[in-house]
Amino acid sequence: MQNFFNALNNFLLIALPYMALLVFVVGSIWRYTSTKFKFSSLSSQFLEGSQLFWGSVPFHIGILFLFFGHLTAFLIPRGVLAWNSHPARLIVLEVTAFIFAIAVLIGLVNLVYRRLTHPRISVVTSKMDYAILLLLLLQVVSGLWVAYNFRWGSSWFSSVLTPYLWSIYALQPDVSAVSALPWIVKFHIVGAYLTVLLIPFSRLVHFLVVPLDYLWRPYQQVVWYWDRKKLRKSWTPWSLQRPRNN
Amino acid sequence: MDVRAQISMVFHLDKCIGCHTCSIACKNIWTDRKGAEYQWWNNVETKPGTGYPTKWEDQDIYKGGWEKKNGSIDLKGAGKKKGLLNIFHNPNLPVIDDYYEPFTYKYLDLIESPAMDDQPTARPVSLITGKPIDIKMGPNWDDDLSGTPDYARKDPNLHDLSPAEQEAMFQLERMAFFYLPRICNHCLNPACVASCPSGAIYKRGEDGIVLINQKVCRAWRMCVTACPYKKSYYNWHTGKSEKCILCYPRLEAGYAPACMHSCVGRIRYLGVILYDAGQIENAASDETESLVDRQLNMLLDPFDPGVIEAAKENGVADSTIKAAQDSPTYRFVKEWGMALPLHAEFRTLPMLFYVPPLLPVMASLSKQDTSQGEKMDPIAKFWNDTWLYDTSTEDLWGTIDQARFPLKYMANLFAAGDEEKVKLVLKKLMAVRIHRRGITVGDIAPEKVETALREAGMDAETADAIYKLTSLAKFDDRFVIPPAHREQAIEMLEFTGDTKGSIGFGFKENAERGL
Ligand code: SF4
Ligand code: SF4
Repeated sequence: MQNFFNALNNFLLIALPYMALLVFVVGSIWRYTSTKFKFSSLSSQFLEGSQLFWGSVPFHIGILFLFFGHLTAFLIPRGVLAWNSHPARLIVLEVTAFIFAIAVLIGLVNLVYRRLTHPRISVVTSKMDYAILLLLLLQVVSGLWVAYNFRWGSSWFSSVLTPYLWSIYALQPDVSAVSALPWIVKFHIVGAYLTVLLIPFSRLVHFLVVPLDYLWRPYQQVVWYWDRKKLRKSWTPWSLQRPRNN
Repeated sequence: MDVRAQISMVFHLDKCIGCHTCSIACKNIWTDRKGAEYQWWNNVETKPGTGYPTKWEDQDIYKGGWEKKNGSIDLKGAGKKKGLLNIFHNPNLPVIDDYYEPFTYKYLDLIESPAMDDQPTARPVSLITGKPIDIKMGPNWDDDLSGTPDYARKDPNLHDLSPAEQEAMFQLERMAFFYLPRICNHCLNPACVASCPSGAIYKRGEDGIVLINQKVCRAWRMCVTACPYKKSYYNWHTGKSEKCILCYPRLEAGYAPACMHSCVGRIRYLGVILYDAGQIENAASDETESLVDRQLNMLLDPFDPGVIEAAKENGVADSTIKAAQDSPTYRFVKEWGMALPLHAEFRTLPMLFYVPPLLPVMASLSKQDTSQGEKMDPIAKFWNDTWLYDTSTEDLWGTIDQARFPLKYMANLFAAGDEEKVKLVLKKLMAVRIHRRGITVGDIAPEKVETALREAGMDAETADAIYKLTSLAKFDDRFVIPPAHREQAIEMLEFTGDTKGSIGFGFKENAERGL
């Protein structure tokens, strides 16, 4: 029995993250390069606009906060610990994160409800959409559970999970500390890996192409098929740039 | 001077018979696909009317186009700030019900129904859900003023007409309407391009056609909001936006776009216009009253040696310059000043121009004469009375001045509210008629013809040229398509003999919905 759990731990906490990362990177590149037409956020607002607001907006805002929160704890654990060294600040951080997680939960429930009940939306819902919604729902519920029952997550994440994640990153996986964590925490970790794994095969790809370059792009875009100005210069060697028009 | 070439269009509204052939030609080629059933890249509206999507001209609702903000302009409902902030839920996005829910009928039920006491019927079913629906709306639900209280009276262009004027428009005996066919205007300052966060929409340098790259569009759906003409559509099935492509594969092969080719009334003209791209920003940011003039000023004379030289310097092909010189649209828009842009106040600098209709304006206002039966003029074969279209020439511009269709209404559509502009065009149309009638019927004194022409600012030669291009123009006169020189552009060499139902050209993958 002990052996079995060891093997399971090793698989879920060592093999799975590498698989997930590999599939995510290779899959996303493949998806981006060879099936560009299917690379879309597949918005369904056009078919139903008002219910979506109460799903999409809280979900996205909440998930963005949580994503960057986890990322911060991963990148600068010391900073998080330093911040948490003062109890008041710790409470503020935990409560804020909890509220955003509730927002995600509310958003997800609304999104699932909308997908299930609105006939037009059901038409544009794939199995993968349900799979992703279910996965995210389990993630946020387990996350809330962990946050509530095993305090204070932001601190022990930084001291226990961050070293583990870095060990994965450094190709020297060390699961000794993590394997001792309660099963619900491991469930949350595994759920995260599965989400990463599924990104290239779902509409989640849209977060890889967040259009931030829009901010510094000029408004108008004109595309020329060829540079006629160059063709017209008499000193351009004909063998290289033949003036082909008229 | 930054000279560029633009393929522009002129629609002569007096000739449109509202047959919708253009819409069907377009639908058959491009939008007969799942998710695109509701899209009418070409649609024909009855004016006054609310159009498609309902009330699209009311930017308080749809927030399309540009608006002036401290000296410069920004998108009204999209743009860098609003677009990115509203990316999770765009409050200004129309939903499919603003257009209509696409439907078909269960025709098979007519055939497969077992013997019964009652006739079988073909029930309408939604093309989205496949379930039976009650049809509430279609793309031309208000055709020919049907449902006037609900549609025509709610036309957004009536907003600054007095209640009395509006009432007069809808009196049964005086009701008039005309058709307004619409396609994408392939604007010089396109709001759709500016609003796209992914940068999927672009204007082609060589001919000015505005296209959406289907591989780059990510369904952020801002273009649907931004286009004030609502000519960018969201395909709910593929999760990509689509719009009129001006049949560029046909144009590149030298054919006229399908809507233009099939137009029964022969109202459509297409040709190259050279313009100064350096003025776009200033022209689009000017005061509302001067927008039309500023736009027309950007259009350059293709015979001017200076323009030709600058065009060549800029890489415009000689064949394109030649096409610009032969362009029917240049003559209508610039030389004759008879075509105006639709809703210049949206500030996208649309390059589809309209010759406003004279017929609904000209109709006499005097009392009905019931004894007209005996009055057929033996030579002219017209009713010598005062209640048909008033072609009487007693008082040259009388009918225009007391038009039964308020000029203000026309001005709201075609001249950003400036009645004088519309009036001048109508005078020109009228002058050509008076001139031609002087020749063919001969019941108008030459002095009178001369006065009419002079007051409209044209000579007999011009009037004849207008008449010819309006009434007698053959295919090659109406469509002067510059050679695309496909042989020079690898991108243009993509196979265009594609099959119906596919999404675009040069696709290696099937156009299927994403995972
Ligand atoms: S009409 Fe609309 S879709 Fe067409 S170019 Fe102008 S802004 Fe873009
Ligand atoms: S085909 Fe021509 S005449 Fe007929 S509705 Fe279209 S634009 Fe008008």
